[in-house]
Amino acid sequence: MPVVENAAGNRVWMRRTTGQSMLRWFGWLLGVAVFVWCWNRISDSTTWFFVWDAPRIAGDILTRATPPRWSYIDELWLPIWDTLNIATLGTILALIMAVPVAFLAARNTTPSARFVRPIALLIIVSTRSINSLIWALLLIAIIGPGIFAGILAIAIRSIGFCAKLLYEAIEEIDHTQVEAISATGASRWQVMAYGIVPQILPAFAGISVFRWDINIRESTVLGLVGAGGIGLQLSGSLNTLAWPQVSLILIVILFAVIVSEWVSAKVRSAII
Amino acid sequence: MSAPSAELQAVLGRRWRKPPLIRRTWLRWALGLGALVYLAAAISSVEVNWSRVYEGLDRGGAFIMSFARPDFVTRGSDIWDGLMESLIMTVAASVVGIAISIPIGLGAARNIAPLPVYLVCRGIVALSRALQEIIVAILLVAIFGFGPLAGFLTLSFATIGFLSKLLAEDIEAMDRSQAEAIRATGSGWWQWINYGVQPQVMPRLIGLSMYRIDINFRESAILGLVGAGGIGATLNTAFDRYEFDTAAAILLLIIGIVMALEYLSGVIRARVQ
Repeated sequence: MPVVENAAGNRVWMRRTTGQSMLRWFGWLLGVAVFVWCWNRISDSTTWFFVWDAPRIAGDILTRATPPRWSYIDELWLPIWDTLNIATLGTILALIMAVPVAFLAARNTTPSARFVRPIALLIIVSTRSINSLIWALLLIAIIGPGIFAGILAIAIRSIGFCAKLLYEAIEEIDHTQVEAISATGASRWQVMAYGIVPQILPAFAGISVFRWDINIRESTVLGLVGAGGIGLQLSGSLNTLAWPQVSLILIVILFAVIVSEWVSAKVRSAII
Repeated sequence: MSAPSAELQAVLGRRWRKPPLIRRTWLRWALGLGALVYLAAAISSVEVNWSRVYEGLDRGGAFIMSFARPDFVTRGSDIWDGLMESLIMTVAASVVGIAISIPIGLGAARNIAPLPVYLVCRGIVALSRALQEIIVAILLVAIFGFGPLAGFLTLSFATIGFLSKLLAEDIEAMDRSQAEAIRATGSGWWQWINYGVQPQVMPRLIGLSMYRIDINFRESAILGLVGAGGIGATLNTAFDRYEFDTAAAILLLIIGIVMALEYLSGVIRARVQ
């Protein structure tokens, strides 16, 4: 925090030196320039005629979409059941795979910090950075469309998320409890079962319910690429421009998301 | 030494058993049985065409092998264009989204906003969080036409829900005494926010913004599936044509950029906090 002399010879406190404020100013200039350039690129590849026309189109779609075709709900019960199954079975599969990965990735439980840990971290990063829709695309190309591809896509996408949160929980455990168990002469597995697992069980339950909630959201749209669930009906209705059905499906999805969030919040507040 | 209590007397000499997770017996059995019935019903309703899966194993193997020799060149210009579009959408949407979510976050914090403003801002946050990116993208593509503008708007909208909510929670958890000290000097509303509230939430706001940029890039990779611009369209085409080498190259690029962004945000967060 420099003190600068001004023109009249008085000493004035300033927050930054001239150099610092110049640097900040230059940083802002660069940021604004990058943003303007990005905006120009977007604007260049936009048909502005459609954008000016947008309010009319939006109004048109709204009038077509209301009222929702309530009778269509009879055809939606099965897809809703499928969606629920994709999310639940996918979460269970993911947890089965994520637990060993998490133990291999945590610094205090990994068998080898030099060789095994980087592999476990690579699995976590690569499964986490690719969206479940992309996993679904890939699995559909490999094993064909259907619910099974959706379950696997959800499962693979969730491994990284669950394993990351879980290994952070494992690294934060209280070490004295582990020492107490091993002081009784317990084997490596007994230490794990009685020293480590009870400490991370609440975190584990919280993570699984949290991920289940996210997976419900994601499984509602997996059908857009052909991986089963209510998204299949959504894409079918969109392709045939059946807007009253689209609006009903959107209402159902919104309802499912709200219910799953409510359930997950209730369960987590009961556990933690 | 006092005599052991009756409770201790009763368990002494017996072998220790792990206490059950759920104390009530009937509830334990009912939950377990319910879970089993649900699992049986769920698994039986999943139809798996095992012969199709078996056929696919070759293709799966081929895909995994193609990670060893990703093809960046054949569709090089498509990949480059898609990736640039994704990055451009990410940058523009993050800037606009963060700029809009700051006032909404202020409005959604109960301790600084009056009730009507609070309700409106919370409503916007709830709406934005309940609608997934891809559904918003479908609707916006239908309204604004194909192209990155729809993707840009989608990501901005999603950023608002995410950032405003977390910012509002942070403001609600802030230290009141600092804000009150600024108030006591006779400051106006703007000065109060600028000197009493902003310094307390700034580190977390920067951290969350970096995290959101990371998410925005990941999401921008799928918006192309519904025609909202970005690398997703190229990736979809590559999968449809079974060009696994190109798909592997795109996936590797996405993973690389996400890792770089995560590393960058880690560095920045460590510096500001």
